Amino acid sequence: MAILEVRNIEKHFGPTRVLEDISFSLEKGQTLAIIGSSGSGKTTLLRCLNFLEKPDRGTIAVNGSVIFDADDRNTQREREVRKKRLHFGMVFQSFNLFPQYTALKNVTLAKELLSQERPDFKQNKKAILEEIQAEGRALLAKMGLSNRESHYPSQLSGGQQQRVAIARALALSPDILCFDEPTSALDPELTGEVLRVIRELADQKTTMIIVTHEMAFARDVADEVIFMDGGVIVEQGAAEQVIEHPREERTRQFLSRYAGS
Amino acid sequence: MIEFFTSETFSTVVSALNSGFIKTLQLFFITLIGALPLGLVISFGSMSRMPPIRWLTRAVVWIIRGTPLVLQIIALYYVPGIQKWFNWPSGETGRMLAVCVAFIFNYACYFSEIYRGGIQGVPRGQQEAGLVLGMTRGQIFRHVTLLQMIKRIVPPISNEVITLVKDTSLARVVALQEVIWMGESFMKGNQGIAGLVWPLFFTAIYYLVFSGIVTVLLGKLEKKLAFF
Repeated sequence: MAILEVRNIEKHFGPTRVLEDISFSLEKGQTLAIIGSSGSGKTTLLRCLNFLEKPDRGTIAVNGSVIFDADDRNTQREREVRKKRLHFGMVFQSFNLFPQYTALKNVTLAKELLSQERPDFKQNKKAILEEIQAEGRALLAKMGLSNRESHYPSQLSGGQQQRVAIARALALSPDILCFDEPTSALDPELTGEVLRVIRELADQKTTMIIVTHEMAFARDVADEVIFMDGGVIVEQGAAEQVIEHPREERTRQFLSRYAGS
Repeated sequence: MIEFFTSETFSTVVSALNSGFIKTLQLFFITLIGALPLGLVISFGSMSRMPPIRWLTRAVVWIIRGTPLVLQIIALYYVPGIQKWFNWPSGETGRMLAVCVAFIFNYACYFSEIYRGGIQGVPRGQQEAGLVLGMTRGQIFRHVTLLQMIKRIVPPISNEVITLVKDTSLARVVALQEVIWMGESFMKGNQGIAGLVWPLFFTAIYYLVFSGIVTVLLGKLEKKLAFF
């Protein structure tokens, strides 16, 4: 069974239609890359999955249960939306780290706040918080940032900041990790370290959706690729097939701009 | 001129000015304690998602910021009695009370606009990062936005606070016996000594020293927040 099932998503910003009849599914442990030019709706689609935008039509199901249905207001209540968001992790193009916290605190903060809702929080407060700290340290180590735990974001390079952001998203163990152009705000020499980390996550069978302009990376790391243009899915299929042997003319045109990269 | 500077006159004047300055300080701190939190409430009103609340709050802020504080003090102190709505307690207590209310309200309106700028100046991505991490709006405000907002508002708030140090002298318009009133009294003879001009100008020393201390303290706070 698919871990994510998106059906007929449609989204308008005023009179502008940004997403039209978007349907796709994703298997557990797979990586999906979404490619397409700016303004094609890729980012909006990710934001819909994370409940940062509300689709006007369609449904989203995770692990077989519908978590969003545009026609069912019961699926859109603020309290439940907050919990449902936790199915997804989100890594932003501009990192959006919390500047007043150290790298480690950035990773642990949300989990600490969530743990306060546990019934045994009062009795085991110390043990719970220590465990969260240890997990946070382990995640930063996994990102190759052990020696950066107590640095503030402003003291880190862009690539390091983005790796902290990935650790922060992983800290809540989301079912699906979303990346919104994770390397677009980075200098070319810093993209490598971030892509390497994402590649490792793919090797470990983390379920991921990556909006990216790195075609070679998408071809090598993703299992599935979706090409979007003008708010619709033009072509979707196995990564190799879509990028190396696109069936649609529009996909071919788009990819020709990246030829040689 | 020389005889006015006898040590006896000097100590009489200074002790009177001191007691006036204590009232100045009272007004200063009561205004801050009231206006800092009230300003936050007003700023929420001016950013409310409900248009009537937003318009009403912004209209009130416009009126308070658009008219002189002196006028507000006079109106608040005299109009209720004239209109027979209620009477302020008699004497200094009543004057202090009315003046405090006027100051708190006036400064809260100025603070509210500074807060609004501070809140809206925090990048939207901070809020979104909190949301996707499953935080409630309250948690995002307390743990993510608040400190960033404080960092942004400390310089403009410092400006207002230093203005407040000197604005307290406007209370003189309803004869609250703060330090300016005391200084003037030695010209007019309310304290048994008349014709002394220097005490009025001597009050400047009090303001200078106090605003100096306030400037240093706020500067320290600004430095403390410079870590991010």
